[in-house]
Amino acid sequence: MSKSSLKQTLKDLDSKKISIRELNQDNLKRIKEKDNLNVFIHFSEENVLKQIDNLEKDNSAKKLKGIPIAIKDLFCTKSMPTTAASKILENFNPTYESFVTQKLLDEGSIFVGKTNLDEFAMGSATNTSFFGNTINPLSKENEPLAPGGSSGGSAAAVAADLCLGATGTDTGGSIRQPASFCGVVGIKPTYGLCSRWGIAAFASSLDQAGIFSHNVEDASILLQSIAGFDQRDSTSAKIDIPNYFENLDDDLNGKTVGIPKEYSIDGTPMEISQIWEDAIKVLEKKGVKIKNISLPHTKYALPTYYIIAPAEASSNLARYDGVKYGFRSEEIDSLDEMYENTRAQGFGREVKRRILIGTYVLSAGYYDAYYLKAQKVRKLIADDFNKAFKECDFIVTPTAPSAAFPLNEKQNDPIKMYLNDVFTVPASLAGLPGISIPFGKDKNNLPLGIQILGKHFDEQQVFNAAVSLERSYE
Amino acid sequence: MNNLIKGEKYDWEMVIGLEIHAQVKSNSKLFSSSSTKFGSSPNSQVSLVDAAMPGMLPVINKYCVEQAVKTGVGLNAKINNYSVFDRKNYFYADLPQGYQISQYKYPIVGEGKVTIDFKDGTSKDIRIVRLHLEQDAGKSLHDQNPSKTYVDLNRSGVALMEIVSEPDIRTPDEAGMYISKIRSILMYLDTCDGNMQEGSLRADVNISVRKPGDEYGTRCEIKNLNSIKFIKQAINYEVKRQIEILESGGSIEQNTMLFNTSTGKTRPMRNKEEAHDYRYFPDPDLLPLEISKEEIGKIKSSIPELPDELKNKFIETYKLSNYDASVLTAEKQTSDYFNETINSDPELKNHAKIVVNWITSELFSLLNKNNQDLNNSPVSPENLGQLIKLISTNEISGKIAKDVLEDMFSSGKTARQIVDEKGLQQVTDQGEIAKVIDEVIEENPKMVEQYLAGKDKLLGFFVGQAMKLTKGKANPKMLNDILKQKLNKKN
Repeated sequence: MSKSSLKQTLKDLDSKKISIRELNQDNLKRIKEKDNLNVFIHFSEENVLKQIDNLEKDNSAKKLKGIPIAIKDLFCTKSMPTTAASKILENFNPTYESFVTQKLLDEGSIFVGKTNLDEFAMGSATNTSFFGNTINPLSKENEPLAPGGSSGGSAAAVAADLCLGATGTDTGGSIRQPASFCGVVGIKPTYGLCSRWGIAAFASSLDQAGIFSHNVEDASILLQSIAGFDQRDSTSAKIDIPNYFENLDDDLNGKTVGIPKEYSIDGTPMEISQIWEDAIKVLEKKGVKIKNISLPHTKYALPTYYIIAPAEASSNLARYDGVKYGFRSEEIDSLDEMYENTRAQGFGREVKRRILIGTYVLSAGYYDAYYLKAQKVRKLIADDFNKAFKECDFIVTPTAPSAAFPLNEKQNDPIKMYLNDVFTVPASLAGLPGISIPFGKDKNNLPLGIQILGKHFDEQQVFNAAVSLERSYE
Repeated sequence: MNNLIKGEKYDWEMVIGLEIHAQVKSNSKLFSSSSTKFGSSPNSQVSLVDAAMPGMLPVINKYCVEQAVKTGVGLNAKINNYSVFDRKNYFYADLPQGYQISQYKYPIVGEGKVTIDFKDGTSKDIRIVRLHLEQDAGKSLHDQNPSKTYVDLNRSGVALMEIVSEPDIRTPDEAGMYISKIRSILMYLDTCDGNMQEGSLRADVNISVRKPGDEYGTRCEIKNLNSIKFIKQAINYEVKRQIEILESGGSIEQNTMLFNTSTGKTRPMRNKEEAHDYRYFPDPDLLPLEISKEEIGKIKSSIPELPDELKNKFIETYKLSNYDASVLTAEKQTSDYFNETINSDPELKNHAKIVVNWITSELFSLLNKNNQDLNNSPVSPENLGQLIKLISTNEISGKIAKDVLEDMFSSGKTARQIVDEKGLQQVTDQGEIAKVIDEVIEENPKMVEQYLAGKDKLLGFFVGQAMKLTKGKANPKMLNDILKQKLNKKN
């Protein structure tokens, strides 16, 4: 499957080798062919055609003019409904456009549709969606695979060539893990780089928007477009956004890579350890110094994450109460009953599980033992990274402990499912940027991913290391 | 002072603490740019943030923070450089987020105190525990439809300051004086409009009783009282209820109560099973609030003269009593009015006490009678000053001045105009007064006889008769003196 890159397409559009209409009609054709993958929660050909019409009338120069982009259905959009893959927002039509999607619209991109995800981004297989599973485009016949999650729809959309880039959100690995499963590039930038304004919240202190693309160059172009300060988000960073693409430099000579020993976990498949070693060897050849580092609190990251994220979620999701918008149960005799039935019927199992966990860890008498302790450990994990980054420029690890697994494999075992985030969660807790790039295959010829982590707001170094590894692998 | 109340068996002391919720005077809400105007049509001042739409985020309104700091300074309190906004989680139809953003562990203002002044000239400090910023909820309207509840979110997200006192209050009167004092300070600072009817200032009252010298008893909290009258009524009822329970061998259950303003009774709001666990935790959408010493200094230097400073100034400059000065400074409009009146004529500075009396008794009672406010008094400070000057220079008597003031109030004319038009100048001509007295003596020979026989009380009768003949204009002192002289001569 040879896929055209965003970079090349921009050139082709510029030289009139291809028109916006041709590009997008070609894309629409593929979307309709791949309908069985259940990539989109919302797709409307009419809407895409309307956008093409509008752009054809628009003479101004725009950076992403005519580029088909898929949007994770957690971003509020004016032109399309927004569901967060939940029944509770089944018919919700925002009157506002999220910061990130507005930036993409301003650059002239075309939104092909809203992609499927785990309900409220809670999951690692895109199998908790009210709108059904998304199927990994790399699945063999009769053996449907999970695309990873929560941004599985966006990862699949890029992998199936249904767009030239897609937005995702990453709370504990929701961009990097599906990127790894679908064999595409996925970057979660530093917490605060992209405004959260207009993204339905899962866990506010961890949620961060990011990008899926076919390659690192494309990711660098798209990330620049969605980054930037927004005064409507108090956690948004007031920094100048570099031109990541212009600054891309695959010469890593003299740099130091950190290899954290705590990421060698018993039970990790050989193939995963192998690609990790391969990546290190490649870097060594490029003149990169290899530094063994220690992130001693890594083993506490997963439990810490599964306290903090549900705690915040239990509060963030309280607004879905049937009073103001979204789904309201028909069976109501009192206010309490309205809450109980609306939320019991409107939320799926995984969301309910996390609301319960979150409510529990914040309860009087348990707060200190769980939430407060988790916050302290979170600080220790961040300190681990700060210390490590005094000795190295970036860190390389595997992205996920396995390749894409069969669709229903871990459906009934939440703990196994949560283990998917083991390599991605620590950086999320520390707010660090991380990218996953395809690097090698497993015995079934399924892609595996390598994760590169950088210092706060050092996305450039992450991109540089990623593009260097990518080019050597190709 | 003995503040104990008698039960059937024992004497009891009440222990009271107040949580005052004061709406921050600000054009926009605490975390959104919606207007805070009172009385607008329902749901006309609701932003996406106030309605808690998906993906909406709060952004702190810096002006509200300044207002809170200002208030903290006015309460002689410690301003905290570092404070944190927390989420207080609970479900209610008029709470769109499903949580209220408040400050729990780290409030913006710490310990302070305010002083209340009693009529007998003594005063007492009430300690403040803290002041924190929080959002108001919306309003549930249950009376619009027999089977439905409507929700108005105009108030949702409006900034409140919660001011928590130590349980230093011992009587319903002290509670009233305390809330009046807080209200006065906030209004001087212009950080709250103090309008209790519109709900800009309301209080939760914590009450317990104990035998003198005992530990604090179990308290009950009466929620959401919006007038001083109700606060006093609620305390009186609740104290009686608690004493009755304790004296009959029962114990007080800690509870949240509502006060029914028509029956004057309190009742429990919810039972124990329904008790809330608010699951406070720091709001991850907001950064901790950090205020530098420089910023606090800047706000401090912008603070106007506060009631206590002004009170001391009045006592010193005009030799007023502590009580008079505290009445004058209880409301900014009163002290402003006093200042303007007394400064309208250099002569008046020597008659400060008379100025106070004319404002706080005569003018106030006219305003009350006519349901008017000092701010839009038909009698300007200058005109009142003129009237008082006429009294102090003996041009008119105090008695006549009261009629003149009423006339001024209804006609809007100046004192001088009225006195001239109606010829109300005091008669100070000795000859004229003597003539009138002669007339009175002549017409009442029997009374004169009786007076001379020792019935001194009759003097008043002669004064009255003479005043009648002069239509009240005779200078009372001169009248008295001449009358006594003439009667004594008869002896």
